[in-house]
Amino acid sequence: MKILTGNDLKTGAVTWWDGTGWSLHVADAADVGDDADAILAREEAARRVNAAYAIEAELTASGVRPAHIKDRIRGLGPTVRPDLTLKPEDPDAVREVI
Amino acid sequence: MYQYDHYDQAMVDARVAEFRDQCQRRLEGKLTEDQFKPLRLMNGLYLQLHAYMLRVAIPYGTLSGAQMRALGNIADKFDRKYGHFTTRQNIQYNWIKLEDAPDILADLAKVEMHAIQTSGNCIRNISSDHFAGAAADEIIDPRPYAELLRQWSSFHPEFSYLPRKFKIAVIASETDRAAMRLHDIGINIVRNDAGELGAAFYVGGGMGRTPMIAPLINGFVPLDQLITYSEACLRVYNRYGRRDNKYKARVKILVHELGAEEYTRQVEEEFALLIAQSIEPPFAELERIRTYFDEPAFDADASDELDRTDPDFAVWSDRNTHPHKTPGYVSAVISLKPVGGIPGDATADQMRLMAELAEQYSFDECRVTHTQNIVLPHVRKADLFALWQKLDAAGLGTPNLDQVGDIIACPGLDYCSLANARSIPIAQQISQRFHANGKGEILGELKLKISGCINACGHHHAGHIGILGVDKKGVENYQLSLGGSEAEDTSLGKITGRGFDEAGIVDAVETSVDVYLAQRQDGERFLDTYRRIGMEPFKEALYG
Amino acid sequence: MVDPAQNGLRFRTDAPVSDPAVTVEAFAEQTNALAVRIEPGEDVRLLLPFLDRLRLVEVNFPSFGDGRGYSAARILREAGYTGELRAVGDVLVDQIAYMKRCGFDAFQPDELLDRGDVENALSRWPDVYQPTADGRVPIWNLRHG
Ligand code: SF4
Repeated sequence: MKILTGNDLKTGAVTWWDGTGWSLHVADAADVGDDADAILAREEAARRVNAAYAIEAELTASGVRPAHIKDRIRGLGPTVRPDLTLKPEDPDAVREVI
Repeated sequence: MYQYDHYDQAMVDARVAEFRDQCQRRLEGKLTEDQFKPLRLMNGLYLQLHAYMLRVAIPYGTLSGAQMRALGNIADKFDRKYGHFTTRQNIQYNWIKLEDAPDILADLAKVEMHAIQTSGNCIRNISSDHFAGAAADEIIDPRPYAELLRQWSSFHPEFSYLPRKFKIAVIASETDRAAMRLHDIGINIVRNDAGELGAAFYVGGGMGRTPMIAPLINGFVPLDQLITYSEACLRVYNRYGRRDNKYKARVKILVHELGAEEYTRQVEEEFALLIAQSIEPPFAELERIRTYFDEPAFDADASDELDRTDPDFAVWSDRNTHPHKTPGYVSAVISLKPVGGIPGDATADQMRLMAELAEQYSFDECRVTHTQNIVLPHVRKADLFALWQKLDAAGLGTPNLDQVGDIIACPGLDYCSLANARSIPIAQQISQRFHANGKGEILGELKLKISGCINACGHHHAGHIGILGVDKKGVENYQLSLGGSEAEDTSLGKITGRGFDEAGIVDAVETSVDVYLAQRQDGERFLDTYRRIGMEPFKEALYG
Repeated sequence: MVDPAQNGLRFRTDAPVSDPAVTVEAFAEQTNALAVRIEPGEDVRLLLPFLDRLRLVEVNFPSFGDGRGYSAARILREAGYTGELRAVGDVLVDQIAYMKRCGFDAFQPDELLDRGDVENALSRWPDVYQPTADGRVPIWNLRHG
């Protein structure tokens, strides 16, 4: 599947296109098919997202998994600071993204 | 230490107002991201993997207690209670909001700090020897020259859209503690036969994709021509540096392609024209700046004795101090490399503690080293034990300066959007491994440096052992190199051969270290043994 | 394209030159030409023999990130050129204060600049550190009278 990710212009937080807006959670990412460019152009212009781009991902049993490790780390947080990730309570979270 | 007068303050304040306005225009949509990006970069604001990252300048690595405290307070107020000290003697905050950035700059300006030109294709923060003003072996304190260059390069209208970034280091001793020849311009303040001071200019060094050691282009520029000569070096670069390929845009490529001799000739020609323009600051300005770097009031009767009764303290003081030019004093190095920790990270509380200790024990001064540690430059030997106890209690007393655990690591794929692989976990594992197996204790000096991509922020080319993260079809992979040095015997490491995965690279480092342990002769460091026996024995052991 | 005089972006009092700017090569040959346009890769010093007839130099910035034009401007001013020096092309409001410091005295941006933003940009800096082509006294000298 093809999904969109970027950063919130004001806060810089990593966000994922969920079909109607931008979510903080990669799990919410929606498959955009061929609409990537159109959505990116519209959302960037409206400043609802910054520096956004389309990536490949797959839908696994545990949810949406970006193809590249970089985006998986973006989706979680720094692997060396589990306390600062989006899943501080999940001991397996780091192992799952790398 | 240098202190702003009302001119310096007004300039920094104007910059805060300018950036506030630019941020506002970006948020209102008057600036596109393409237009805004170079502006925010020139204020140190990146968009990184998880958020905006703000890089704050620490000119020539020198900080007062109040400044260090302010850095800690910013970490609390605007970030997640920590910061990361970098190989360019700066500090980075990883979790910044764009809307907060102008307020952070305003807080910095209150303590005479800024983020000016900490990124972008302009002249970056000037770096220097972290023992400046304290080292027994220096000719003179290099920082007044660095400060003069700071002022000259700040908002320089001609050199704000260079082909690429431009880094300058200034030192004034034979021992190079600032990787001077791996900068775009390395300046070494020297004395000629007549006893006069001048500046030796090395131009075209750098790491990155094409590492190069800067050649000497002028062995003695009189100090009353320092700025004019720098301007000539920059103008030739601005006009003729390549702009067609970002990987070939640094001045090292220009110097390499033209040849050092031809580049020098062009600089001299430009210099001859510029000198007629009288752009050099009045010499009185250098004298004015110099007065701020006068020696603190050292106690002439300070005892040169050290009570070494406590064995842990004795180890720390042997490893983590550096000789001071004044009897009875040492420079103490606070390691930001606890075993298994994140190299260069310090919590807000640690920063405030270091601020307090600088005030109490080191004439209100501390320094950031390019090896990502903190120096208290002027500590009385009589105070050293008390200082160590406080550091140790706060997790800042690791006795590993220049040892295998004192690893330089860039943020890598945990934070950096350019990274190919993670650096920090590798550093953590190596540090833990050598701590657990006890080998760390017997290795002596071993400089290990890790970069998460070819940009080489972790100085891997210059590591006795260097590690470079690469992307192997979407999987992290690590190249090993041996034999680099950033000291006065500057050399570039050589790659051993095919790369390793995460577990493999940690083993490979240990294998290399074992070759050294088996082969070392009396007093040899890892680097010395490598230079004597060459790459083959290491290759044999690694790939057999 | 915006006419500098119309947009308040011409900082000279003499009458603008209406001749079209020609290329550096053409300028050397056409002995009656008064205006020239220089591109980023061109050596501005080729114009120095013609300073006496030169009235307008347009320095083109095809993209704002290419800073060669700043050096070109300063070199012309250092050589004594006093005619109009106009920055044209991808000239943005956040660059014009630096351009002015390098000796530009007219701006012809591809896109209209907001008047208020221009005024802010040009009045931003109370002082300057370096002496350049705009004649402002640097802080270094102010400090020492
Ligand atoms: S070396 Fe590469 S990965 Fe490391 S901080 Fe620099 S750009 Fe980022």
